[in-house]
Amino acid sequence: MSGGQPAPGAGAPLLTVCDLRSYLATGQGVVRAVDGVSLTVHEAEVLGIVGESGCGKTVTCRTIMGLMPARILHTSGEVIYHPRGEQNLLDASQAQWESLRGAQLAMIFQDPMTALNPVRTVGDQLLEAVNAHAKLSRPEAQARAIGLLERVGIPAPARRMRDYPFQFSGGMLQRALIAIALASSPRLLLADEPTTSLDVIIQDQILSLLLELQQDTGMSMILVSHDLAVITEICDRIVVMYAGQVVEEGATSDIITAPRHPYTQALLDALPQAGQRGQLHSIRGSPPSLIDVPDGCRFAPRCRHVTDECRVWETELIAAGEREHAARCWRLHDIGRSQAWQGSDSA
Amino acid sequence: MSTAWAASPSELLMRAASKAAGRRRSVTRRRLTLIVGLVLLGIAILAVFLAPVLVSQSPTTIDPLHPLAPPLTPDHLLGTDQYGRDILARILYGGRIDLAIAFGATAVTLVGGTFYGLIAGYIGGRTDSVMMRVVDLVFAFPFLVLVIAIIAMLGPSIFNMFVAIWITSWVAYARIMRAQTVVAKKQQYVLAARALGYGRLRVMFRHILPNTASAVIIFSMVDAVGNIILAASLGFLGLGAQPPAPEWGTMIADGQNYILSSWWLVAMPGLAVLYIGISFALIGDGLADLLRAGEQ
Amino acid sequence: MNRFGSLPRRLVHLVIVLFGISLVTFFLLRLIPGDPALAILGSSYTHQRAVAIDNFLGLNRPIWTQYGLYMDRLFHGNMGFSFYYDEPATTVILQHVAPTLFLLVYAGALAALISFPIGFISGLRRGGVVDQAGRIFFTLSFAMPAFWLGIIFILLFSVHIHAFPISGFGSGFIGHLYYLFLPALTIALGFSTVLVRSLRAATISALQAEFVDTARMKGIPWRRVLWRHVFRIAILAVVAVYGVNLAYLVGGTVLVENVFSLPGLGTLLVDSVNQRDYPVVQGITLLFAVIIVCINLLTDMVQAALDPRVGQEIGT
Repeated sequence: MSGGQPAPGAGAPLLTVCDLRSYLATGQGVVRAVDGVSLTVHEAEVLGIVGESGCGKTVTCRTIMGLMPARILHTSGEVIYHPRGEQNLLDASQAQWESLRGAQLAMIFQDPMTALNPVRTVGDQLLEAVNAHAKLSRPEAQARAIGLLERVGIPAPARRMRDYPFQFSGGMLQRALIAIALASSPRLLLADEPTTSLDVIIQDQILSLLLELQQDTGMSMILVSHDLAVITEICDRIVVMYAGQVVEEGATSDIITAPRHPYTQALLDALPQAGQRGQLHSIRGSPPSLIDVPDGCRFAPRCRHVTDECRVWETELIAAGEREHAARCWRLHDIGRSQAWQGSDSA
Repeated sequence: MSTAWAASPSELLMRAASKAAGRRRSVTRRRLTLIVGLVLLGIAILAVFLAPVLVSQSPTTIDPLHPLAPPLTPDHLLGTDQYGRDILARILYGGRIDLAIAFGATAVTLVGGTFYGLIAGYIGGRTDSVMMRVVDLVFAFPFLVLVIAIIAMLGPSIFNMFVAIWITSWVAYARIMRAQTVVAKKQQYVLAARALGYGRLRVMFRHILPNTASAVIIFSMVDAVGNIILAASLGFLGLGAQPPAPEWGTMIADGQNYILSSWWLVAMPGLAVLYIGISFALIGDGLADLLRAGEQ
Repeated sequence: MNRFGSLPRRLVHLVIVLFGISLVTFFLLRLIPGDPALAILGSSYTHQRAVAIDNFLGLNRPIWTQYGLYMDRLFHGNMGFSFYYDEPATTVILQHVAPTLFLLVYAGALAALISFPIGFISGLRRGGVVDQAGRIFFTLSFAMPAFWLGIIFILLFSVHIHAFPISGFGSGFIGHLYYLFLPALTIALGFSTVLVRSLRAATISALQAEFVDTARMKGIPWRRVLWRHVFRIAILAVVAVYGVNLAYLVGGTVLVENVFSLPGLGTLLVDSVNQRDYPVVQGITLLFAVIIVCINLLTDMVQAALDPRVGQEIGT
């Protein structure tokens, strides 16, 4: 179980996910979207989850928030939210969810344009969030809402309250969504690819904003992205996911300087480096089906260090270094990296 | 919410798998709808076609000796009407008229309206605007009223029913097809075809049409039901088939006066309309589901 | 921002449509094969009257003049002369307007009352009791012609049970509500099939929208999410369908009025057709079209009020 040694500055464990499995019963078969994931987020910590599309990072977050479609979802394992008396969120009732969401846990989604109701004003929807867990009078709620918009960097907030989502740009809308998520001062914010659909300059602004807010409020954050560069910018710890499983985890600096799982290494290799000329490295092949899950290591078909045993053995996470650095590869001590990652200059 | 933190992974897998299997079953059920609909319709068409073989009576022969005979009388399976005419015969022969409308009227309007909408949508611009204005104009009139008005002017008859429907029904297809075409125009496969230098007609008919036809075909099922009901309604109002032609609507209208004592005069033709209506509806539903599933 | 769309542009469009309608109804009379005067006069044919009609309609003048005469008279409220009733067509028609309008509004309200809850719940609980039962029920009623349904209703509720009157309009508002209940219900049921289907699909699609997740994420009660987000969006799709199907609704009144013997425009229309009272047929067609145009305008306005994106298509 990954708990214990947090990143410096972080506190006690806030949320612990223990052997979580989320299976989806579809017409094509059972999709094992999340297949035994464990992770821990501590207070005031920023945890990053990185992986390709379809690796299960979004399903993990949505399962944590209870936002998966109940009709086809089957889960096992535990999602323990510590401040609420070790409650397993998977068993939470509707009423419990309503008190948890917003006030304790919040989430922002990838595409700001679809994340808001298009026929109601942004101010309306923000006020809805503000009033969800507090008994405020009209002017108090209004003031608080405007204050939130200001805090996330939206100019002329009072006027913008009356505007509709289609009147906002992508970046501004994402800021508004952050304001909505933080309206009831949650202790954990899950951000699912918050910058993916924005252009690069705005991406930076949003990331800086998130980091700033996190440091100001001391809340914890789970940042999900397929872009390792984004993750390494603001996360204290990283969890690397592949085909529904965690394949490596550890402190950011350890992962960058000494990645132990071939997939992580490949991800780092694929990042354009400062001053790099010539061919970009990509990872050949594609992720396995989550319905007919192959035996053995799921990364084996694409791994450059693969052996026959890899295709048969199911490996667990093995300790690989300090600060709870672990990787799911039985060969992690044998294989190294060709070169240390130089870092990029996207600050 | 289905959770059980004590469940083992394999138990979880089994439970999820059985739900997934259930989902597959419901897909088969939907395909069944289409098949049932087609079978029902097929039986009807066959029965109507083979009318002379199935019933020996003529639908128009008056039999003053056996008026208002109830169903299951010998020689009259569904009874007779007030003139002694065999109801089963009238239904089977009458079915010819109503099914003819369902297919004949619908087919023409389907083809005509689709072409119109395809051309309007593809050409675009001014031409499109003008063409669709005409469509809007016809839409401004309540359908039945316009049909009645046209029949009023031309004179009530079966043929004029066809004409009236042809004049008024094509617009729905035009609208649907035009909307589809406008969207399709911007799709990759059309841009590719045009980049290859294919002529307008070829792009329209061999590229756009096959990909967008599903919407109008499904609608035509709904429309067919509508046309049958329209024919029956006009017959009911005395504006469609004229006596002594057997038509389900006219039969119902005639039978109204005897509804308390001889319910079968109204019930039989009514059930016939219901039967055809349901079979078309099932086909439409099944097709819609099938095409939707295919598009995913 | 103008919440009701660009009103001036809409009005111009309206005027154009009205002109178009008048053109169509004008040409209706020209459809008559043979001599219009003979057709119109029927048994009251005399040479004198025929000449009067020829002059009245301008049948010996160019088509534009005829149309001009027609429009001129229309603006003065003159829809022609009914030889059957021996009165101006306008008078005859206006006498029959009230029951039809009442029936239309009544049926529209009933349709909404029935289909909105059923459609919404069907979408919320897919495959549930309401959904399955609703589907079967409405597929059946859709396949049933309005007049047959009407006859069944009369049989059940008027003859066997005596709960409702068989025919007539009644007097006073409550009287109208009572007498028109069965006819309105007959129309409403046929109409409801499409509404339920549409709302169900819109609800299912709205439930999957990401903004519903955002709303749930705030921790507000599920009931509130349903009402202020899911329903609010789903209803937009239905408004359009509702408006479009109103045309069929109007057609339904013709049949239903016939079955229930209501003294409305529908009955007048059928009677006029049988009596070859062409000016009245023409006038009713025109009036019905005007009603439809008004309904479409209302629908557009409601849509614009509910959805601020309407009218923003240009540019976005």
